[in-house]
Order: sequence, then C-alpha cells, then structure tokens
Amino acid sequence: MGFIEDTLVILITQVFFFAGGWVFFVKKLFRDYEVHHRLVQLIFSITFSLSCTMFELIIFEILRVLDSSSRYFHWNVGLYMMLFMVIVVIPFYIGYFILSNIRFVKQQVIRPLTVMIWLVYIYIFWKLGDPFPILSPKQGILSIEQGISRIGVIGVTVMALLSGFGAVNYPYTSMAYFMRPVTPADVQAIEKRLLQTMDMIVVKKKRIALVKKGALNNGSGDGQGRSGIWGMLRNVTTSVGKSSSENVWQLKQEVAGLEELSRQLFLEAHDTHNMQERLIWASTWQGKYFNFLGYFFSLYCMWKIFISTINIVFDRVGKKDPVTRGMEIAVHWIGINIDVTFWSQHISFFLVGCIVVTSIRGLLLTLTKFFYAISSSKSSNIIVLVLAQIMGMYFVSSVLLMRMNMPAEYRIIITQVLGELQFNFYHRWFDVIFLVSALSSIGFLYLARKQAPGEGV
Amino acid sequence: MAAIDKVRIIVVGDSGVGKSSLTHLICQHQPISNPSWTIGCSVDVKLHEYKEGTPYQKTYFIELWDIGGSHSHRNTRSVFYNPTHGIILVHDLTNRKSQQNLQKWLGEILNRDSGCKSRYSSFDDFDPEQFVGSTQIPILVIGTKLDLVEQVRCHSQQRSSTIAEECGADEIFLIRSLAAGSSSAVKLSRFFDKVIERRYHSRDRISPFSDKRRSAVASLSPKFYHAD
Repeated sequence: MGFIEDTLVILITQVFFFAGGWVFFVKKLFRDYEVHHRLVQLIFSITFSLSCTMFELIIFEILRVLDSSSRYFHWNVGLYMMLFMVIVVIPFYIGYFILSNIRFVKQQVIRPLTVMIWLVYIYIFWKLGDPFPILSPKQGILSIEQGISRIGVIGVTVMALLSGFGAVNYPYTSMAYFMRPVTPADVQAIEKRLLQTMDMIVVKKKRIALVKKGALNNGSGDGQGRSGIWGMLRNVTTSVGKSSSENVWQLKQEVAGLEELSRQLFLEAHDTHNMQERLIWASTWQGKYFNFLGYFFSLYCMWKIFISTINIVFDRVGKKDPVTRGMEIAVHWIGINIDVTFWSQHISFFLVGCIVVTSIRGLLLTLTKFFYAISSSKSSNIIVLVLAQIMGMYFVSSVLLMRMNMPAEYRIIITQVLGELQFNFYHRWFDVIFLVSALSSIGFLYLARKQAPGEGV
Repeated sequence: MAAIDKVRIIVVGDSGVGKSSLTHLICQHQPISNPSWTIGCSVDVKLHEYKEGTPYQKTYFIELWDIGGSHSHRNTRSVFYNPTHGIILVHDLTNRKSQQNLQKWLGEILNRDSGCKSRYSSFDDFDPEQFVGSTQIPILVIGTKLDLVEQVRCHSQQRSSTIAEECGADEIFLIRSLAAGSSSAVKLSRFFDKVIERRYHSRDRISPFSDKRRSAVASLSPKFYHAD
C-alpha cells in the first residue's frame, strides 16, 4: 500500500480515537459539570487520540500491516506531537487556568504571568534529567530523546506507583478473607447514634436561637425608662444579657464539638454501609469469580515483589522477553514441535494487545475515580488538564517499557524511534518504585485495618 | 422554654452549589465566612413567625437540614430523609448539569423507602404529577450564584427551570444576600408558611389541590424536557 493510503488509514483511526476520548469526557468525567471551555475537552481528546495511535502503531508493527517506512514516519510525527502537547500545551494551559481561578490576579496580567510560569516550569523540567543516567551525552537539545527521557522518568514513576498499589489493593478488596462481617443491626446502631447526635445539636441550636431572640427583645426594650427604678431594672437586664451571651458562647462550643462527633459518626456509618455492600457483592457470581482470581493475584503480587527485590539486589535486567522465553521452555524442555516465528508473532500480538487494552481501561477508570474524588466546580478544568498530562506521560512510558515484552525483531522500531535511551535504567527504576509502592500500600492497608472500628478490640 | 412546634426542611443539591452558604444566610442573616465541604449533614434552626401581622401569628422553629451532596455518601444519606415536611432544591446557575440532576435528587428522596440499593433512578421512574398528587411535600427551587452567571455566559437567558414548572414549585434566584422585603425573601417566607400549614393546619384549609393539578397538568411530560 502506498504512503497516501497508509496515512489515510491512520488518520481515520485517529478520528475514531478522538471521538472516543470526546465521548468519555462528556459522559464520564464531566458528568456533573457544564463545559465552559471547549479547549479543555479538545486537549483531552487530542491527547487520548495520540496515545491510542502509538499503541496502534505497535500492533501494526507486530502484525506487519502497512509499509514500514510509513509506520516509521507516523511514529515520528505522533511522538513529536505528543511531546509538544505534554511539554508545551498542557502545562501552559494548566498555569493559565490556575491563574484565572485566583481572585486577586487582574485580567491583563494573566497571559504574561502564564508565560513566565511556563518558562520556570521548562527550566525545572530540564533540570529533572540531571540526576538520572538516562542519556548518552551527545544528543542535541531539541531531539526527541531529551524530551522522552524526562517524560519517561515521570511516567514510569506513575506507572509503578499505580501498579504497586493496584497489585496490593486488588486482592485486598476482592478476597472474602479480608472482609469484616457486618450485620444490619450494626448499621442501625450507628445510624441511631448519628441521629441522636443530630437531635442534640438541634436542641442546642434552638436554645441559642431563643437566647438571641431574647437578647434582641431586651435590647429593643432598652429605649424606654431611664428614671431611677427603671434604670435599676435595666442594670439587672443588661447583666442578664451578659450572662446570656456567655451562655451562648458555651453553647456554641458544645455545638462545635457535637458537630465534629456527628461527622465522625457519619463517616463510620458510611464505612459500615460500604462493607455491607461489599459483602452483598461478594456473594454474587461476579464476586465469587473475583475472589477466586484474587488468590492468583496475591500470588502474582508476591512473586513480583520477590523478583523486583532480586533484580535490584543482584543488579540484573532480564534480556529475554516472556514470549521468547516461553517458546524456549516449550521447545527445549517440553519438546513441543512448533513453528517459532509464526507463533511468536501471534502470541506477542495477543500479549501486547492485552497489555494495551488493560492499561488503557485501567488508567481511565483510575482517572475517573480520582476526578470524582477531588474535583469541584471551580477546579474541574485544572484537574482534567492534569489528568490529560498524566495520561500522556503514562502512555509514552508504557510504550517504553513494553519494549521489554516483545521479541527482538519487534523491538527494532521502538529502539529506532525513541533513540538511544538507556532502557535498562527505566526497568530498574520501575522495579524500585514498584517495590516501594507495593510495600507502602501493604503497610498502609494494614494500619487502616488496625484502626478500623470494631476490629478485634 | 415554652414548647415551640417545629418543622423540618431538607436542603439538597449537587456538591458545591452553595447549600451550606444558603442555610447560613437564611438562619444567621449574614453570609458564611469560609465554607467547607459538608460531610454528612449540618443543621441550622430559624425562628419563623407564621402568619406575621395577623391575629393568628405564632412562632415556629424551622430546622434546615443541609445534607452534603457528594456521590460517595449516597448510601448513607438516606438516614436523614425521614421525616421531612419540606424540600429545598438548590442548583448552581453557572452549571446547567446541577439543574438536570435535581430530578435525580427528588427521585432519591422519594425512593428512600425502597431498600438500600438505591441507585440514581432514571428519568422514567419519576412522575412529578403523581408526586405532586400523592405526597404533597412543598418544594422550593433555589438557583445560586446569579452574579457569576454573566461572567460565564455571554448571553444569559434565564429559562425557568423545568423542574420548578413540573412540580408547581416556586423558584428563587440568589446572589449573595437575602435582603428583607425583597421578592426572594417574600417567596422564602411564603414557602415556610406553606410548609407549616401543610404540617399543622392541613385539616382546616381549603385544599389547593385543584390549583396544583392544573399547573402540573399544563406542563408537558418530563420526557420532552430531556434536552441533552
């Protein structure tokens, strides 16, 4: 196929990905907010579309679809555009929106200030690459390698953190072993306590309101009667007024304390409801299936932690990808007679495809959860842009790391396009951060469980 | 303290629309200084003169239960919904989605008795005419942040919200203060009177049933308003 047709194919798929990103944005992310700036939506969809194009090119590489020269060309174009988005466009607009949100910044000052902040950011971004041995020092300033190397560091960190946490969290949430038994009586007991606390708050607030109203009436009655006996009575009422104001202050303190207590009780009731829902879910078919998988995953997680430790301690980096190693085991040890090249292509396609799909889906779900947790109507634009930035960096680094999972003949294009990066460093860095993240998640979950109410005390 | 009767009104709406600011404004007569996200529910009380200026004037306590609107607390919120004598629906005028979500809020409040697995009920589950006829809880719709709307939209056309029309409810648009004597304050106090009437004096009153029926039937069915 000629170059024009190849470009057309790529463009059509890019339009599809763009539409997918747009729909995801509207339906899932901005479910509760109105879009005031179309630009944010555009940026997010473009970043998503570029990331999916990169994955698509890897798959085309394995399946040998399209000319290799046009693939190479599109790789370069896609990477340059992705770098442009992640390094130039998105940080600029993040700075712009943050400044627009701050109240005491005047309208004319925003743009120049944004440019200044962007320059500071570029400087920091440059300096980020210094402590890491990621580049051979003979590259030009504006080459792809400079940008990708630094983005790779950040993206690999994010990937490893998410993988470490996910690997530990998944067995924890899906295995029935970890679920605390909660009866409906527990739920009702906490709800009753919560309502009692709210009633006490209401009673105290009513007293405050009555005292205030009484003080108002006394105050309005002050204008009359300045002669002797009324003056004495007035002194009495003002002293009563003073004591009532102290009373109000004390009541307000008590109310503040009770309100704090009501918040704690509410959160406790929320936890109990969540646990109850999890128990209900665990008894469904889906729950049982996930529970079963959870055992396998916990084994996988432990093995991964073990292997990471070994890799770091013994300073070894695997040279063979799992596909070729699997082939070797199958052929040499088990003695199956298979056509290695044919099967290696199909199995790598399957493996890479699985990795791509699960990582896209996993990232989008995580981003959505994150967005719901921390966004508000003022900060929604900023948070979406930050998420788009993370998404871009994540996908670039997953391309980088995926090189390890492919047989040697398919690694060529990644090595060619991404240039002379020290790939081993990234794998080592991934292992380190993965280990740190997994161990700290285990520690964190253990502590959270210890502090949970009604647990073994 | 003489026994003063009370009525209970819940204030609901999406997260961040301004419910806590609103309740503080109504009860303390001044704007809140530093609002933070409401976890659970916060209550405030106000003394209201029912039928002010007439020989039937009586003081009532109005409890405003301002319920936090974040998604994740959905399963625990339902403990606050019962019993309620009035509903104030709050939406943000700069954010049209918060107005569309009011339908879901009403559905959530009404379906609180149908088990703990109350997901967001769909459009079709909720029939406002039936609601108006059966439960007869007075509703007020308040749109906040009116002063920010012109900043955000070039052409600000104030379509009155469809939910207000469907339920025959009153509607207020608010800026930052609730000056006494302004039309907003008048509508608010009329709403409070209506709630008190519905709760305590429902026997000795000509039912405005026929009025509500007429206004509810005149509006189109909710499906036509699902503009998205």
